[in-house]
Amino acid sequence: MTVRQHPKNARRLVLAAIGAACAATLVACGPTSYEIPIETPIQPKLDVSAFQRVLIAGFVSGGTEDVDGNQETVRLLRSQLRTKSSLRVIDADVMQLQEIAQEQNKAASEPAGGDAPPTDRESSAPPPAPAAASASGQPLPLPQRIREEKDLEPYERLFANTTYWKRIGEEYQNPLIVTGTVLFMPNTRSGFVNRDVEQVDQYGRRHVVPVRTYMERKGFILKPKFVFIDGRTGATIYSETHREEVLYPAQQNMPALSSYFELMDRLVPDFLSALSSQKIRGTRVLLK
Amino acid sequence: MFRRTVVLVVAVSALSVMRVSLLQAADARTEAKAQVDFGIDVAQRGLWREAIYRWEKAVEIDPTYAAAFNDLAVAYEHEGQLDKARQAYEQAIKIEPNNAQIRQNYELFKEINDRAAAPKERP
Repeated sequence: MTVRQHPKNARRLVLAAIGAACAATLVACGPTSYEIPIETPIQPKLDVSAFQRVLIAGFVSGGTEDVDGNQETVRLLRSQLRTKSSLRVIDADVMQLQEIAQEQNKAASEPAGGDAPPTDRESSAPPPAPAAASASGQPLPLPQRIREEKDLEPYERLFANTTYWKRIGEEYQNPLIVTGTVLFMPNTRSGFVNRDVEQVDQYGRRHVVPVRTYMERKGFILKPKFVFIDGRTGATIYSETHREEVLYPAQQNMPALSSYFELMDRLVPDFLSALSSQKIRGTRVLLK
Repeated sequence: MFRRTVVLVVAVSALSVMRVSLLQAADARTEAKAQVDFGIDVAQRGLWREAIYRWEKAVEIDPTYAAAFNDLAVAYEHEGQLDKARQAYEQAIKIEPNNAQIRQNYELFKEINDRAAAPKERP
């Protein structure tokens, strides 16, 4: 008696054989890629071997009045450098650089041999940097209230005042001086944004679907400029500018200080990489 | 007739030359692959210098092996030799421009490289 094999069964057998062959091949060959953790050492951007101490002097700050950009930035950077740098952090009063710049400006615009005797700080103020002077040779006026980026520009000459910074360096035994500007401004934006929305289909399966929605959003922009000054000479050795922004839905009431720290958290690794070596963790794929 | 014979002889010799070079290439790839496999094995155990040695050998044996250049770039990156890492990634991409995994590694590398890119200044 012969048994005739059903054609469907034969096809199943062939498919099973192909599947088994494929599986055997895959097992024999093994994977062709491997994810591996790596740690990349990054050398500091600045050679700070000549310094044992660092003075986070202060910052010219502006933007929102809800956060004192000067105080908060000095506090944050000092605490970061204490734990993540080999330099000794000098604990000194936070310098009110905006007032100091105003005083220097006043001294520079007064005619020589004027009646008013100069104060200690004013006496050391040299003429302002040429870039910051107006066409008539007079220094550009310094805005009392810093609201936007262009209000900070006239303050730049403070960082070029080598005599002043050299004197500060002598006062603190020639440290590396960190100063600069911090602009922390409110920001609003409206427009279409992509949001992932979870949907359930007729079979009860969940899907994530990108949906374009019009949204009013508000948040903050943080724009700090870090200026590194050699306390022995008063000269700027390096400076870098950063920009970070964060936006929340308009209904969400996020305190300004929380946003400030959120944005500074993103910047601090870059700031630290100027002064100390760091290891950046990541993963890469090795291929066969 | 003579012409046909000449053409046939030339074709046969060309084919045999091609076969030899193909076999040589296959041999080179097999040898390079052994080095790459060994490199992956030791890198997974944290022996990155040994891995670099193996992968450098692999690209020397077979300079058309994109995966070997990729692995070498990853190892250089781990060792902080960023210039060498960039060169190796660029070579890997040159050989296999459409390899998404190599491209992804390179993009991640560039982020780190940009961070370290500012000139070092001496006070």
